Amino acid sequence: MAGIEIRSLRKHFGDLHAVDGVDLSIRDGEFLVLLGSSGSGKTTLLRMIAGLERPTSGEIHIGDQRVDGDVPPRARGIAMVFQSYALYPHRTVFQNIAFPLEASRTPRKQIEEKVRWAAEMFSITRYLDRYPRQLSGGERQRVALCRALVRDPKVFLLDEPLANLDAKLRNTARDDLKRFQRQIQTTTVYVTHDQVEAMGLGDRIVVMEHGKVRQVGTPQEVYEDPVDTFVATFVGQPPMNLLDAGDPSLPPHTLTGFRPEHFLPKGVFGSGEDLRAFRFAVRRVEYLGSDRYVYGSVAGSGAPDATIIAKLPATIALVIPEGETHDFAVPRRALRYFDATTGLRRTA
Amino acid sequence: MTLPPRRTFADREEVLGAVMLGPALAYVILLVGVPFVFAILLSFSNATAGSLSFGWAGLGNYVAILGDPIFLRALRNSVVVTVGSQVLVVILATAAAQVFRATFRGKRFARFVLLLPWAVPVSLAAIAWTWIFDSTFSVINWTLKATGLLHGWLYWLGDPVLALLAIIIVQAWRIFPFATVIVLAGLSSIPQEIVEAAIVDGAGFWRRLFRVELPLLLPVVAVAVLFGVVYTATDLGVVYILTGGGPANTTHGTCYPLWRSSAASWAPT
Repeated sequence: MAGIEIRSLRKHFGDLHAVDGVDLSIRDGEFLVLLGSSGSGKTTLLRMIAGLERPTSGEIHIGDQRVDGDVPPRARGIAMVFQSYALYPHRTVFQNIAFPLEASRTPRKQIEEKVRWAAEMFSITRYLDRYPRQLSGGERQRVALCRALVRDPKVFLLDEPLANLDAKLRNTARDDLKRFQRQIQTTTVYVTHDQVEAMGLGDRIVVMEHGKVRQVGTPQEVYEDPVDTFVATFVGQPPMNLLDAGDPSLPPHTLTGFRPEHFLPKGVFGSGEDLRAFRFAVRRVEYLGSDRYVYGSVAGSGAPDATIIAKLPATIALVIPEGETHDFAVPRRALRYFDATTGLRRTA
Repeated sequence: MTLPPRRTFADREEVLGAVMLGPALAYVILLVGVPFVFAILLSFSNATAGSLSFGWAGLGNYVAILGDPIFLRALRNSVVVTVGSQVLVVILATAAAQVFRATFRGKRFARFVLLLPWAVPVSLAAIAWTWIFDSTFSVINWTLKATGLLHGWLYWLGDPVLALLAIIIVQAWRIFPFATVIVLAGLSSIPQEIVEAAIVDGAGFWRRLFRVELPLLLPVVAVAVLFGVVYTATDLGVVYILTGGGPANTTHGTCYPLWRSSAASWAPT
């Protein structure tokens, strides 16, 4: 077991700075999620930790070993799960899981034991004699995890391992994954573009954009206290509302941000709550079962046409007619302020 | 009121299918099927190329040819040359494909040069090779001599074993560029993630090659070998120009004596 230290890590592909100066400290036993859209550099960062990509500059330490130079992947004590699972199609499930053990010249008897132990852990023992093509997506994913597990790695590297599963399966797979990681307590770096996965799995989340780290924090910190407008709108679905509220008490060029679930009809708040009120011109109401999304715009703001979204839980049964203006409000404690030019958080 | 559009010829799949398959079917039956059956029938007859009178000969032709030591030797040679050259081809093509998978300066040019042997007419190439194997001017001998690896002298085309080896070398040289292209295509069809998974799993170059890449390449290599076998086993030109079947009828492939006897049977008697 080991933590990972990353110092001013860069990877340039010609003019493209895929990873552009990343400093990161991953604690021993931590489940760290790298979250970003495609092209944010999260996968390149993971591949550099794995040793599949050579850094342009910077340092990577796994445990007390510095690995960024010529240390090959097999000497780094890592195991990796790929998005496509990358199972060997010509080998049975047993042979797939045994492959890394064969490569490290483990005695045959020990291989047998370890494969069975891992297969038991993911309840795939009955598939050991099958070929990958005979398995479903979820089963393949578990085989890939087994293959990673048998190596006793110091670090698990997972590259969007749930992306190829259908939505129904993804929930259970996420739960399985988290329980499994808690059980073995191995440092895990997990790459995803799916913020639900990131929030649900990560002890901490690293939000990346254009090769740079925007914010590192617990899911709660990243969601409730985003450091800039990028994180505020990238994390959360629907994203945080941002508007130039034209509030004279604020310094100029200040954006006011609030989460859609805090933007509710004024009547639902208690009288003791310190509120910021808005006149909300409702354009359309979307019924989603457990929630209603209300789309509209806020009068008197800097950009009166910008779409603002309110997310009303099903517990609020109030009728909201479309095409009318309503009194909505946000509790002041839920307001976040950002600099309109730099996008950075302001205390205001 | 407009009438629904009439069902045209192209809408009737059963007719269209038959019409489209027709030419191919006719080709296969007339130019492959009939001659094949005819050839087998003729092998039991005493017909010659000059007269197609069909007299039943039973297994006579087979007995005659299997009793002919030159033919038996030729059959053995065909097998030796085909197997030997294809083993060489598979090794060379796999190695060359590994080289051409890497990116390096001048790769396009190198690949063009690699493909040349395949594109050169067999007859011209074989003539060049006769000089390479020439008893006096052999570049191979002079090079080996100069580097001190050879003390005697190799009479490539004068020694039955060396002559056969020479044919194997030329056949392998001729086929392997094509095989390389096929293997290269096969390599690029292996998902990058599988190769990377093997790297992360701790497999070194040889383990990756023999445990992951070659097994996945097997179907593709089989195609390359199939082509190679057909090209080599049915080849006439290389043997004819390089050795003419010599020395003393020891290097014939099956095609050469068959061709010669059929040519001879055309001769007016």
